[in-house]
Amino acid sequence: MARRVLPGFGLSLGYTLAYLGLIVLLPLAALAVKASGLGLGGLWDTLTSAQVLAALRLSFGAALLSAVINAVVGLLVAWVLVRYTFPGRRLFDALVDLPFALPTAVAGIALTTLYAPKGWLGAWLVPLGVKIAFTPLGVLVAMIFVGFPFVVRTVQPVLESLDRDIEEAATMLGASRLQTFTRVLFPLLLPALLTGFALALARAVGEYGSVIFIAGNIPLKSEILPLVIVKQLEQHKYSDAAAVGVIMLALSFLLLLAISLLQRWTQRWTER
Amino acid sequence: MTIAINHLSRRFTDFRALDDVSLSIAPGEFVALLGPSGSGKTTLLRILAGLDFPDAGELVRDGRDLLQVSARDRDVGLVFQHYALFRHMTVFENVAFGLRVRPRARRPSKAEIADRVDKLLKRVQLDGMAQRYPSQLSGGQRQRVALARALATEPELLLLDEPFGALDAQVRVALRRWLRHLHEEMRLTTVFVTHDQEEALELADRVVVMSQGRIEQVGTPDEVYQQPATPFVFEFIGKSNKLPVRIQNGRVVAGDQRIEAEGLEGMADGSAVAYVRPEHLAFTPAALESGWRATLRHVYLAGSVAHLELDIPTLGQTLEAELGGEEAQRRALQAGMSVTVQPRHLTIFPLAGNSGEPDITRRRVVHPRYGQAALARWR
Amino acid sequence: MAAVIPLAPRRSRARRVVHALLIAAALSFLLLFLLLPLAAVFVEALRKGVGVYLAAVVDPEAIAAIKLTLLVAAIAVPLNTVFGVAAAWAMTRFEFRGKAVLGALIDLPFSVSPVVSGLIYVLLFGAQGWFGPWLEKYDIKLIFAVPGLVLATVFVTLPFVARELIPLMQSQGSDEEEAARVLGASGWQTFFRVTLPNIRWALLYGVLLCNARAMGEFGAVSVVSGHIRGLTNTMPLHVEILYNDYNYAGAFAVASLLAFLALVTLGFKTFLEWRYGAELAARAPRGH
Repeated sequence: MARRVLPGFGLSLGYTLAYLGLIVLLPLAALAVKASGLGLGGLWDTLTSAQVLAALRLSFGAALLSAVINAVVGLLVAWVLVRYTFPGRRLFDALVDLPFALPTAVAGIALTTLYAPKGWLGAWLVPLGVKIAFTPLGVLVAMIFVGFPFVVRTVQPVLESLDRDIEEAATMLGASRLQTFTRVLFPLLLPALLTGFALALARAVGEYGSVIFIAGNIPLKSEILPLVIVKQLEQHKYSDAAAVGVIMLALSFLLLLAISLLQRWTQRWTER
Repeated sequence: MTIAINHLSRRFTDFRALDDVSLSIAPGEFVALLGPSGSGKTTLLRILAGLDFPDAGELVRDGRDLLQVSARDRDVGLVFQHYALFRHMTVFENVAFGLRVRPRARRPSKAEIADRVDKLLKRVQLDGMAQRYPSQLSGGQRQRVALARALATEPELLLLDEPFGALDAQVRVALRRWLRHLHEEMRLTTVFVTHDQEEALELADRVVVMSQGRIEQVGTPDEVYQQPATPFVFEFIGKSNKLPVRIQNGRVVAGDQRIEAEGLEGMADGSAVAYVRPEHLAFTPAALESGWRATLRHVYLAGSVAHLELDIPTLGQTLEAELGGEEAQRRALQAGMSVTVQPRHLTIFPLAGNSGEPDITRRRVVHPRYGQAALARWR
Repeated sequence: MAAVIPLAPRRSRARRVVHALLIAAALSFLLLFLLLPLAAVFVEALRKGVGVYLAAVVDPEAIAAIKLTLLVAAIAVPLNTVFGVAAAWAMTRFEFRGKAVLGALIDLPFSVSPVVSGLIYVLLFGAQGWFGPWLEKYDIKLIFAVPGLVLATVFVTLPFVARELIPLMQSQGSDEEEAARVLGASGWQTFFRVTLPNIRWALLYGVLLCNARAMGEFGAVSVVSGHIRGLTNTMPLHVEILYNDYNYAGAFAVASLLAFLALVTLGFKTFLEWRYGAELAARAPRGH
């Protein structure tokens, strides 16, 4: 090993590893071991139970939809914040981070109050036949809320760093505004957009606090996967809870992998 | 295809980028817009491109008001200073872009596009690079991709913004030659912006010298160098010595010298500034009556040219002179020598009575007469 | 000459209309989806008057929840701050094998569902867990008790400080520290006099976000808490209990305190970004 100029290698790395080992690795190992206690057959039975399947479908489906919506709206908001000036722009920019800062339970009860049949928005929407609170639609709304900042915050810096030259060059070559956007800007923003999408998706799949209030938690209908874990714990079905937990963890790992691959893909243009 | 630029003005919040600029560009011409930063040259280029618009004035191409035509439809190719290549596209895709975004009716077929791009890449000596990304190219190669991309749509006018600014000195010189040849081949009307006089003088058919939003002088490289029209051009292009002088009874009074000269006829008495190029100063070790006495303070030999610093006590000034390198060695010039200095040509701008500024309308080029006392060997 | 963007380029009317529409659409979304819920919290909290609001806030159970929340944050935040600095030092000042894996591991808690974060501690320390029997033997209670809350909170807030520091210290490089060493500074002197001043704003930024999450965490804490009123109820959990008891005014009163904390955090964060943006500049474009 080469001699190190700066001190503290052993101390800092040792502390980091010990801390991560105790706080992260050991408990995750406990999860894996507990789930494996069920055996493959048991694991399969747990995961294919009607309750888990319905929850998996809802959690993943709503999360996917919320991430798609957030990708579209997030791109729009990032664009408006970077490209246009209007009064209060800085304030709106700060507002984007609200879902990161607002505790999920607070967001949950606030959204429920807004969309409940007699709530501020519910009072208007329910007569129109749009029931949001206590339906899967409510799950979607809560997931949009918590996942919203990701796309804005990943796309914004990339958009800011794009030279005006690029667009002018496209214009000079005869491209329309729409062609400039679809052929030049959008491909350049795509990796950041997909990264934000994946982050929003990961967050929405695992989200608990803001969803359970508005979801109504009707078994097989508006019950999300994390809630299934909580219910299993309440019934002392620890192995079943661990099995669902492992599935959720596997989903997170897949998304993490996707994100890191995306980031590598971006570097294709920038580094050689 | 003549382009007429008439009385263009462009004002930004705190300064005038263009102030009543007029110029006409002939078909096939290679024009340099030369000036320091802030001179308005880039603004003028951007207005030609359609990326900026003047507050006043007109821009006409063959009787058509170009200001009413958007950048998309102007048939102008622009090479950006930092190239602005699309980094997510290959070289081929970059060059093909302008053809591919055409409306279907005017879009060439795929095969035609491929064919045209191939030809262009050959022309800019990038065949074989078509599938690379811009990040895999050197600076000079990127510059040529940008050029090929601009040429692909067959523009009527090619604009280049500081085309060599981002390149190493060696690549720059090579690319300059190459661009000159390309222009000779294609005869495409070309306007380029530069702050580098060498670039402008070497490449352009005509040089437009700009300063503070105004055109100082328009002329061939030779005219601009040999007959600068204003003090600014004198100072900006080539080297020059600036002397405060007085005109008195048809003579130029400078230091202890009262110089008789051709070209002074009818000039009113008063203060003036005179400019003299370093190569227009002649000198000899002999002590002569006409000519300033000077001390040679420093000699510096740069290849074929020797640069000399001459201290002239009666002028209270140090002048710069130039001499062929061989000549300098033959004369065994050494720091500390005493010499007599005579200017061969002087360009004189009388100072305007009210403002004290040099009056460029009364500019005179004068040739001192020394008679018998003239130095035998010039340079 | 530097390109100056013209003040008023000639833009077509259609384009201006498109701009206005885009701005309107984006702002409507921000107002409707983000600002409205926030406003709802405060309006609902005060719906029954200031008296009811104050009574809900000073209710003994609410006070106990506030104290517990502060206690948990007071333990979790410093722990993760020290960890973040140590991890950033190791990650950015040395080269070693497995660095990428370590980086991914530090980020991991961000992508784990809060409920799973709680679950893993229940499986480790709960009655049925690995250490359950051993803990029971010595009558140590971690789950459904304060230590469990702290552990779950530490887990979910683990990456915040490290995430801010690593990209910044990476981009700063170690030239200054090496210079300090050459000039004779000791290791700790180098850290306190050279490194720390360079990273202080990013550190503060990370601590701020870490604290906000620590005080607001719900899912993970909910799983390990057991919801024992006055004992293992943090503020977010208290909000849930009041809400499920149909005590909306009370729930929103406590929620308003958390929302206020969120606003202060956002304000402070925006201020730091505005004032010390350059010193936070190397922040990776990632959310949390």
